[in-house]
Amino acid sequence: MRMFVMIILVWSGVMTAEAQTYRTEKCKVSFFSSAPLEDIKAENKEAIGVFNAGTGDFAFVVQIKGFQFAKSLMQEHFNENFMESDQYPRGTFEGKIEGYDLTKVGQQQVTASGTMNIHGVAQPMDVKGELTASGEKVTMKAVFPVKLEDHDIDIPKILFQKIAEEVEVTVYFEFKED
Amino acid sequence: MCFSFRFGVVLGYLVLLAGCAYGQESLLDQLEKEVEPISDLTYGTFKGTRLINGHTVETRGAGNLDFIISHRFGRVNSGGYNFFGLDDANVRLGLEYSFTDDLTVGIGRNSFQKVYDGFLKYKLLKQQSGRKQLPVTMTWYSNMAVNTFKRPELPMTFERRLAYANQLLIARKFSEGLSLQLMPSYVHQNLAPTAMDKNDLFALGIGGRLKLTPRTSLNMEYYYRLNPYDGDGFYNALAIGFDIETGGHVFQLQLTNAQSMTETGFIPATTGDFWNGDIHFGFNISRSFQLKDNGKGKKW
Repeated sequence: MRMFVMIILVWSGVMTAEAQTYRTEKCKVSFFSSAPLEDIKAENKEAIGVFNAGTGDFAFVVQIKGFQFAKSLMQEHFNENFMESDQYPRGTFEGKIEGYDLTKVGQQQVTASGTMNIHGVAQPMDVKGELTASGEKVTMKAVFPVKLEDHDIDIPKILFQKIAEEVEVTVYFEFKED
Repeated sequence: MCFSFRFGVVLGYLVLLAGCAYGQESLLDQLEKEVEPISDLTYGTFKGTRLINGHTVETRGAGNLDFIISHRFGRVNSGGYNFFGLDDANVRLGLEYSFTDDLTVGIGRNSFQKVYDGFLKYKLLKQQSGRKQLPVTMTWYSNMAVNTFKRPELPMTFERRLAYANQLLIARKFSEGLSLQLMPSYVHQNLAPTAMDKNDLFALGIGGRLKLTPRTSLNMEYYYRLNPYDGDGFYNALAIGFDIETGGHVFQLQLTNAQSMTETGFIPATTGDFWNGDIHFGFNISRSFQLKDNGKGKKW
C-alpha cells in the first residue's frame, strides 16, 4: 500500500513537471560581427524553444536558412560557404538553466549550461542571461560570443570582406506555459 | 484480492516506467520533430550571373549594382608574334542593376563591332524545397544590341544595326556540386551577316557547372544553332570556364571560340573553329555593390 501511495506521489510529480513546460511564442535570434569594411548582421525568427521549469531543462532549435541579411549576396555566402546550411540546416542548444525562481517577479540573472551545436560541431557552453517571469509568461534574453573556429566555420584568406573570428549572438525567447 | 492488488501495482509501475521513458526523450529530440519547414530557396545554382559567354538563371538581390568587365583576347593559334592572342583584346564593360530580387536591367558596351547592348532579365520561377516545392529555376532574358561599326559600303539605317535575342533559361541545382542549365534561344538580326543567312535563328544552349571546391567551379557552355545556313562559315559557340568566387567578386576565366560577348553576337556569328585552335582566352570580373538595403533584416 505504501508503495502504491509512493507511486501515486511520484506519478503526480511527473504530471506536475509536465505541466510546467513552457513553449516559445516568439523567438528572435540575431548575430552581429564587426568587420573593417562593414558590419555583418542578420536576424532570424525561425526558431523554437522549450523550457521545463520543473527540472530547468531547456532547448532551442534555430533554422539556419531563416537568417535574413540586408544584403542578399551576403545571405547566399552565409548559407553556401560558411554555414553550409544544406548540410547543416539547424543550430541547436540543449542544457539546463540554473538560478531562477519563477515566483519572483522581475528580472533575474540565470545561467544556462549545455551543448551548442552549430555547423554540425557540438561545443559545451555556459551562457549568462536574463530571465523574467510574469504569470504564465517567461522571457529569456542572452548575449554571448561564438567563435567560428570552435564550430569549424572556415574563413578563407582571400575573402574580400574580412570577417571577424568571433560573432556576437543575441537570443530572445518569449515562453508561454504549455 | 491480494493478487489483483499486486497486479495493479505492477501495472501502475509499468505505466509509470512508460511515462518516465517518454519523459526521458530529450527536449531537443521533441523540438526537432516540431520544427516546421521554412521556404527553402536553393542558393547559388551558379556563382555568377554569367555562365561563360551567356547568362545564368541567377539575378542579384534588390538594390545590387554589378559592374562586369569582360575580356576576350585574340586566338591562341595566332602564334608567338601575337603572343598567342594576348596582343589583341576585346572588352565589354557592363553595369547591371537589380530593381527587385527578380528583375535586373543591364547595359554594356563592346569594343568588338562597337556594339551597345541592353538587357532585361526576370526570374520567373525559383527552385526550392520546404514549404513549396519547385524543381527548377527559370529566368527570362531579353537583349537588344546596336552595332555601331561604320560600314560605308552599305546603306546602313538605324534599324539595320539592331539585333535581338530572347532566351528562356532553365536551370536545376542537382547537388551541391552539379548544376545544369538549358537555354532555348531565339535571335533576330535585322541585318543578317550574309545574304544567305536567315534573320531568325533558333538555338539550344546547354551548360553547367561542376563545383571543385566551395569557391571554385568548372563551367561548360555550348550553343547549338538549330537552323543555320551551312555555308556561312560560322560555328556553334563552345566555352569552357573556371570560376573563382571571393565574396562580392566573381572571377571567371575561359577558353572559347567566340569573340562576341553578347547573345546577338556569339549565338549566330561565332567565327572560330574550336577544334582548329581558334580559341580565345578571356575573363569576366564582376564586382557587386549594394546600393540600397533590401529591407530584409531590418524589420522584425
